[in-house]
Amino acid sequence: MSFFAALGRPEVLDLARQTHYFWALLPEIVLTLGAMLVLIVDVIHKGDRSEPSRGSIPVLTLAVLAATALANTALFGLRDVSANGMVAVDGFRTFTNFVYLVAAALCIAISMGYLERRGIMKGEFHALVLFATLGMMLMGGSRDLIMTFIGLEVMSVPIYVLVGFDRMDPRSSEASLKYFLLGAFSSGFFLYGIALVFGAVGSTNLTYIAETLGTGTDHGHERLLMAGMALTLVGLGFKVAAIPFHMWTPDAYDGAPTPVTALMSTGVKAAAFAAFVRIFAVAFADAGAQWVPVVWWLAAVTMVGANLVALTQGSVKRMLAYSSIAHAGYLLVALLSGGDTGKAAFLFYILAYTVMTAGAFGIVIANSRDGEERVTLEDYAGLGLEKPWLGAAFSIFLLSLAGFPLTAGFLGKLYILRAAVEGGQAQLAVILVLASLVSYFYYLRVIVVMYMRPARSEGWHAGAGLPLAARTAVLAACVVVVAMFFAGAVPMRWAEQSALSLWRQPAPVAASPAPASLFR
Amino acid sequence: MIILFWFFAVLAVSSALLTVTRKNPVASAIWLIATFFCLAAIYTLLGAFFIGIIQILVYAGAIMILFIFVIMLLNLGNDYEPDIRGHVWKVVAGGTSLVIAALLARAFSGELPAPLGHVAGPASLAAQTADRGTVGVIAIPLYTDYMVPLQFTAVLLLAAVVGAVVLAKRKV
Repeated sequence: MSFFAALGRPEVLDLARQTHYFWALLPEIVLTLGAMLVLIVDVIHKGDRSEPSRGSIPVLTLAVLAATALANTALFGLRDVSANGMVAVDGFRTFTNFVYLVAAALCIAISMGYLERRGIMKGEFHALVLFATLGMMLMGGSRDLIMTFIGLEVMSVPIYVLVGFDRMDPRSSEASLKYFLLGAFSSGFFLYGIALVFGAVGSTNLTYIAETLGTGTDHGHERLLMAGMALTLVGLGFKVAAIPFHMWTPDAYDGAPTPVTALMSTGVKAAAFAAFVRIFAVAFADAGAQWVPVVWWLAAVTMVGANLVALTQGSVKRMLAYSSIAHAGYLLVALLSGGDTGKAAFLFYILAYTVMTAGAFGIVIANSRDGEERVTLEDYAGLGLEKPWLGAAFSIFLLSLAGFPLTAGFLGKLYILRAAVEGGQAQLAVILVLASLVSYFYYLRVIVVMYMRPARSEGWHAGAGLPLAARTAVLAACVVVVAMFFAGAVPMRWAEQSALSLWRQPAPVAASPAPASLFR
Repeated sequence: MIILFWFFAVLAVSSALLTVTRKNPVASAIWLIATFFCLAAIYTLLGAFFIGIIQILVYAGAIMILFIFVIMLLNLGNDYEPDIRGHVWKVVAGGTSLVIAALLARAFSGELPAPLGHVAGPASLAAQTADRGTVGVIAIPLYTDYMVPLQFTAVLLLAAVVGAVVLAKRKV
């Protein structure tokens, strides 16, 4: 990393000095500039004409994402000694940033060809994906509740638009409106929760909250804090789509253009979970007696409920939506397991989950045609025989989602189970195993239909396929899913280091801050 | 004080005049924003800091943005003609941004004031209000401690504008 040091990067950041934010926020700055660049280049191409954007726009978008990933490497080994920075400078942020970037890159890659077919090839799509990715990075990397909220909004607003991007499709518009109304509502919950937490603790800074709660002194605002935590939990539960806050998920996932569905179920979920870990498992860690039982039930209900409903789904896209709800339950188990193993298992699983889910949606795109989404189970009949590569890739992704051995999903679940047992959540571990067993049925059913049943008609699958770039991305995802099983120790070691840095106290707090409420 | 008052007063009246005489509704809206800013400055000079801030936040910020959105989405601004014409104005605009950049560089190179949230309490609030005024108590943290959220709020607005145009405009 001497490259960035040569450019003048300080070894230790002190975010009390504003100029150090340029280093702490380097990936975000690169991404913001890149998103604007995509918008401007698109306008320069088009001039006054209204026409589909050129094929160079997605390539430029991928280049922006690559540049951001490069800038993200500048965060390796950095730490921050300030008491009240807005962003966390730790390995956890670096790791999760890479996850969002992978999710965004896969979304852009599988959207190639798809957008043209649906007649929505516009540069704004790519710019909005970049803005949403920026929001994810801000939300997951924040060290202040204000920053978390702004990140949440920067992420959500582009996603609301992207869900309804196909204006000519009433289902897309309906999904967008539904998601927007419920999302705005949940943002309100979250913001009100922040206000109450501020009222109780006297600061929105996560480190400060953790220290105040950690001293164990009676700050006299127990109820206010509990109400604040409850409202914050509702806001986050909505974004990670945990039952009972999942009502929007099937409709929004089903109606959205499929690449957007892929981004929503991977990047958005990862960012919301990263914020969840930072707020609950770190800042509110010492108030665990209040929130752990609640989240325990959330996790249990989410795992059981989502898997049971997924059994009844006839549409593969809806089935994947419920599967993503179920995976939110598994990730909640990792969050509840506590300690470094829990965080490391969480990071490993979120990476594996992102790759396999985005890949699965890539196959859903490959199976769709001009203006026709072939997503019912019967539409997949015979796919495995007529298009062996697509069938094989889809089988790998589905097996990995189910947690079959030889895939990343298996190893991820194993890590979560280990962390859960070590963290004293053995009951949740049992529920997780049973829920996974149920999930085998609906994942394997798709594979059975693909290989065992004849296609609807001769040449039904003739047009199935992806353009070269998307094919490469899906193939790469496939390879990663398998490789993460065989070489799982490598990402796991990285995840463990990242999880460790999350717990390292950032700084000794400056001379005894007054127990602080402005309104006392 | 007197000089500042007359400066803002004349500016307010002339921008109000420009508001009603512009043909392009977008230009009218922007001159109306200028009027609001001048009024806010006058309020602040009178010592009514809170009203001054609210004037900018609510009127110039929220409500005028809504106006402009509606105007643009209804395509009222079709007979648009550029309001920045000639090289002189380009030089003025460039010079202004250079001055602002220099001022920002100067403001951020020195020692920054202590954050408000960490040593809070009524006594501290009273002391800081006496020290910086009611506006300073809001403005200094906003542009120092909360600089980063502020900047990304701007990005949020940009994303929202792009989204609104994509969803609502007939041809993109």
